[in-house]
Amino acid sequence: MATLDPEIARVQEERKKMEQQLASLSSVTYDTDLYGGTDRDAYVSSIAVNEEEENLEGMDSEVARKLASYTAPKSLLKEMPRGGEEDDGGLGFKKPQRIIDREDDYRRRRLNRVISPDRHDAFASGDKTPDVSVRTYADVMREEALKREKEETLKAIAKKKKEEEEAAKAGVAKETEAAPAQKRRNRWDQSQDDGGAAKKAKAGSDWDMPDSTPGIGRWDATPTPGRVGDATPSVGRRNRWDETPTPGRLADSDATPGAVTPGATPAGMTWDATPKLAGMATPTPKKQRSRWDETPATMGSATPMAGATPAAAFTPGVTPVGGVDLATPTPGAINLRGPITPEQYNLLRWEKDIEERNRPLTDEELDAMFPQEGYKILEPPASYVPIRTPARKLLATPTPLGTPLYQIPEENRGQQFDVPKEAPGGLPFMKPEDYQHFGALLNEENEEELSPEEQKERKIMKLLLKVKNGTPPQRKTALRQLTDKAREFGAGPLFNRILPLLMQPTLEDQERHLLVKVIDRVLYKLDELVRPYVHKILVVIEPLLIDEDYYARVEGREIISNLSKAAGLATMIAAMRPDIDNIDEYVRNTTARAFSVVASALGIPALLPFLKAVCQSKKSWQARHTGIKIVQQIAILIGCAVLPHLKSLVEIIEHGLNDENQKVRTITALSLAALAEAAAPYGIESFDSVLKPLWKGIRSHRGKVLAAFLKAIGFIIPLMDALYASYYTKEVMVILIREFQSPDEEMKKIVLKVVKQCVSTEGVEAEYIRTDILPEFFRNFWVRRMALDRRNYKQLVETTVEIANKVGVADIVGRIVEDLKDESEPYRRMVMETIEKVVANLGASDIDSRLEELLIDGILYAFQEQTSDDANVMLNGFGAVVNALGQRVKPYLPQICGTIKWRLNNKSAKVRQQAADLISRIAVVMKQCQEEQLMGHLGVVLYEYLGEEYPEVLGSILGALKAIVNVIGMTKMTPPIKDLLPRLTPILKNRHEKVQENCIDLVGRIADRGAEFVPAREWMRICFELLDMLKAHKKGIRRATVNTFGYIAKAIGPQDVLATLLNNLKVQERQNRVCTTVAIAIVAETCSPFTVLPALMNEYRVPELNVQNGVLKSLSFLFEYIGEMGKDYIYAVTPLLEDALMDRDLVHRQTAASAVKHMALGVAGLGCEDALVHLLNYVWPNIFETSPHVINAVMEAIEGMRVALGAAVVLNYCLQGLFHPARKVREVYWKIYNSLYIGAQDALVAAYPVLEDEQSNVYSRPELTMFI
Amino acid sequence: MQASDRFNINSQLEHLQAKYVGTGHADLNRFEWAVNIQRDSYASYVGHYPILAYFAIAENESIGRERYNFMQKMLLPCGLPPEREDD
Repeated sequence: MATLDPEIARVQEERKKMEQQLASLSSVTYDTDLYGGTDRDAYVSSIAVNEEEENLEGMDSEVARKLASYTAPKSLLKEMPRGGEEDDGGLGFKKPQRIIDREDDYRRRRLNRVISPDRHDAFASGDKTPDVSVRTYADVMREEALKREKEETLKAIAKKKKEEEEAAKAGVAKETEAAPAQKRRNRWDQSQDDGGAAKKAKAGSDWDMPDSTPGIGRWDATPTPGRVGDATPSVGRRNRWDETPTPGRLADSDATPGAVTPGATPAGMTWDATPKLAGMATPTPKKQRSRWDETPATMGSATPMAGATPAAAFTPGVTPVGGVDLATPTPGAINLRGPITPEQYNLLRWEKDIEERNRPLTDEELDAMFPQEGYKILEPPASYVPIRTPARKLLATPTPLGTPLYQIPEENRGQQFDVPKEAPGGLPFMKPEDYQHFGALLNEENEEELSPEEQKERKIMKLLLKVKNGTPPQRKTALRQLTDKAREFGAGPLFNRILPLLMQPTLEDQERHLLVKVIDRVLYKLDELVRPYVHKILVVIEPLLIDEDYYARVEGREIISNLSKAAGLATMIAAMRPDIDNIDEYVRNTTARAFSVVASALGIPALLPFLKAVCQSKKSWQARHTGIKIVQQIAILIGCAVLPHLKSLVEIIEHGLNDENQKVRTITALSLAALAEAAAPYGIESFDSVLKPLWKGIRSHRGKVLAAFLKAIGFIIPLMDALYASYYTKEVMVILIREFQSPDEEMKKIVLKVVKQCVSTEGVEAEYIRTDILPEFFRNFWVRRMALDRRNYKQLVETTVEIANKVGVADIVGRIVEDLKDESEPYRRMVMETIEKVVANLGASDIDSRLEELLIDGILYAFQEQTSDDANVMLNGFGAVVNALGQRVKPYLPQICGTIKWRLNNKSAKVRQQAADLISRIAVVMKQCQEEQLMGHLGVVLYEYLGEEYPEVLGSILGALKAIVNVIGMTKMTPPIKDLLPRLTPILKNRHEKVQENCIDLVGRIADRGAEFVPAREWMRICFELLDMLKAHKKGIRRATVNTFGYIAKAIGPQDVLATLLNNLKVQERQNRVCTTVAIAIVAETCSPFTVLPALMNEYRVPELNVQNGVLKSLSFLFEYIGEMGKDYIYAVTPLLEDALMDRDLVHRQTAASAVKHMALGVAGLGCEDALVHLLNYVWPNIFETSPHVINAVMEAIEGMRVALGAAVVLNYCLQGLFHPARKVREVYWKIYNSLYIGAQDALVAAYPVLEDEQSNVYSRPELTMFI
Repeated sequence: MQASDRFNINSQLEHLQAKYVGTGHADLNRFEWAVNIQRDSYASYVGHYPILAYFAIAENESIGRERYNFMQKMLLPCGLPPEREDD
């Protein structure tokens, strides 16, 4: 290595020299002004490969850093532009996502499971002895036992081999070393699998037991299509047979079956070789023959093996050799008929692309590339022999045999490019990966020739494809058909089609959702027919239970719950029992979760006997572990509903606390924790029996088990009475305090949590905490290292706040206040956050003068020393403490203000911003301390900084000014308002949202309270600026602007403001006009309508749609705002509304109708009926409008009239059309009648028309004619 | 109804209205409407105590009897429905 370095250095040197020469030769010189000298080393010479990821991480921290601003969250802003690219999905908002891409390794283990063959349905066959070919429960159990033994034996063999190897390596001298190594392995924190395996090595002699002979049942499993058949998906020892086939490997795994067996002992060899035989049974056609034997014409039916050269994928039907008219072969032409996995497909596509670029250049191309002169074509050397290897030959562009004249290429219609073939019969588009499952649909065979069974299969396939890939309507009908015909199709054919689809590695979320939906519907129909398929279904559905997507989990639960209702408890147990002690932890985990769903579906009592048996299993610890885990999952799933069964559940698992296996002990404690959490705050009596073992256990256990025990205790203590809680807390506290020192992170978190739980219970007294817990707690946890890990940090702050709630502010703050001056910044931040929370919870009355001094001192130090405050912890802490201390900060205020002033002048924008933010937080307290002079001074300082160029900082400065103005009032404000406001006018132009918002708030406040300090001309100028702000994106800004118009109009009279606003009605932007109309209405409200209405109505004469509509809209808002005041103006505007209601333009009528509505509602009961009836006559003809907005406005106007005029009047209008001969008319009238009826049913009784009696029917209402 | 109309607020309004007993529709006939009117009237009489008292005085019955009568009449306020001639 060392010799290489100088060489590399030399080469680099040379290259640098050459580059320099090159630079001078090409005479392109650097613009030194632009690039700052020739120092190119400063540039980034390469771009990071994983830039994308770094940015992703960066984004989060950026969000946190920028949180100080009031703009929209940056994460949202960043997300928006991406929407455009992803839009190709069409319907969904999210790009279709493959499930496998977001799964971790553990979840991906679902693909290792095999969809097991059908099982015997004991209910269906009654007493009959099951057929030998059918797998019964006994068969399955036997297989499981076998598998487990095999696994253990293999492990033992591997271990032995390894030991032998080690021993050999160590040599004779170190022979003894194996023994201690073995011993070490038995440490608590290592899984016992390893330890157990050594013992089991001897048990491996079970082989000759009759049971374990590999019976027929083992290998006749139906292999999953598309996967190399291996009936033993063993994950503990992954071998190559388990893996999802990658195309390249698929090929060579076939070629050399035995040679690559991992860990190949002779025994292992035979085992591993056997699946090979099973593999033969897979429907995937195996390539045994050499492909060179085949004529190209038959290629069409051969499986294109991706590992092979692309020759195999040649266009079928084209003879590749010597074809004169042969077009450039399309190497990647996809064979549509054969099953092809998506990986193969991608590989082919990639290959095609690369080969297209790398094909050798022809003479013509070379001629075209090189200049005609100056080059000479050399004869090939005599020794040159062209490549004859057929594979490479085929790659070459075929040289035309004849004279290279142009020939019209014969069109080959049979040629298939990689465009997928059009699916026949209106089937939806098929993705490459679908060919494997739906390829048969493309064979255009005659439907009649197929057997009924095949026809049924095809029908199912078609429907499924429509569900999976079809358009929504297609999907809907297909789903309905599948549901309706489910029993006709039969459970077997249906599930044999659906389930493999769900195991597809390229499945997307949406597809899975749809397929799961199919299963759900079909289940409902099939009912007891699903029994033989229960396990199959579980294999594909169980992974949903641990999916990270919440909805997937819910879906999974629903399916399993329906499945258990359909199949019944016995079948469910029979199906899942073998998985309970499966060797694979993944299988056991998912099975436990599935069982908890079964329990919630069929009721816990039904499952209790089984659970009891499983939890006491003597045969394997795995069974006990899973059984106890089921209890845990039940508690998590159904929450407080465990209460009725709490006692029995606890009894079932309690013995697990003393189990010989430590994993079982751990899970038992965790289950108890889950049960206690679910039952809280009830049910302590059920836990009586476990208290002793738990409390004894914490004295004897260490490590993980201890952590689990502590967790259980932490959840049980809050359930206890005060007295017991205190006693048990004291018992456990000894251990907790000992574990304070534990270096294990997990243990630390649990200890903190348990301390929090113990401390918050009633019976634990402050004095005890103070004397017994606090010293150790602070010594061990309040250290710098805790601040570095986010989760530790949070947990510690929470726990300390909880302790403070018990022992008071002074104790806690007194202990950590010194740490505000610690040299580690994250630690200071943690201290500050704790102080903030404690003080905010409990106030500062406990803090004595000495502590107060220390606190302020520390806070000032921490505030000044901060370099990066992402979450504003320091700022919030400062604000909280100052506000809590109230008038007691008075002596420190000059110092604080000095700091603020100094920091306002800081170079860093962030620091200036924080200083300004701090002012707005403490302004109220400063007022309390009568430091008005100081505030005035700060006001002047802030005023001087209004030239700030960073918008974030400027926004904060404006906010600070606003806070000061708010507390000291307009008159006392320095700088005087008349100086301040003109300075704000130009800032209104700033486009930054934070600046806009704070500025408009400040201006509005001044306009509201101190308008008289500013000349009218200045206000007019501001009005013009404000118009632009009506366009703001943020609603708060627009609202503040509109309000400000009102204040200004009040201050300087409406005429000028109104003129400005009316002019603004002519602009194009709709939002701008809408806001203007609102502003006009507000001006009218604040300055009385009579000052505004004349000008407004005059504006209606402008023959321009937008203006007229704007006027109408203003009227609508105006009447909405002024309410009862409207009665004085209704007669004035009636002619205008008459005109608008008769206008051709729909929007005129719509807006006028809504104006009428507001008017009617405002003047109800004030004696304006004559005008309203008049207006109703104009509104009424519009009832036949079809545009939704117009008809809505009209209906609402009529509703308004009902309120103002009474239901009877409107009913009279209705009666004319209720029985109109034209249905269209009747429909509209009945609609009006109905809303009238719902609004005023009772009032209509007196107004109904008199109907005459008919033959036998009495329609009259004689009661109403009664008279005394 | 057009396809676009199917989902707008107005159709929802109609749907909402249809949930109330006593609302009508374009195919309502004279008898059905009259039944609704009668029942609404009786419900109103029973619901307003002063009216009930007024009727009681006019008919010289007790208020309870009046209320009972009105409730009974709500069963078939207009007699049996007429035979439909069209179907």
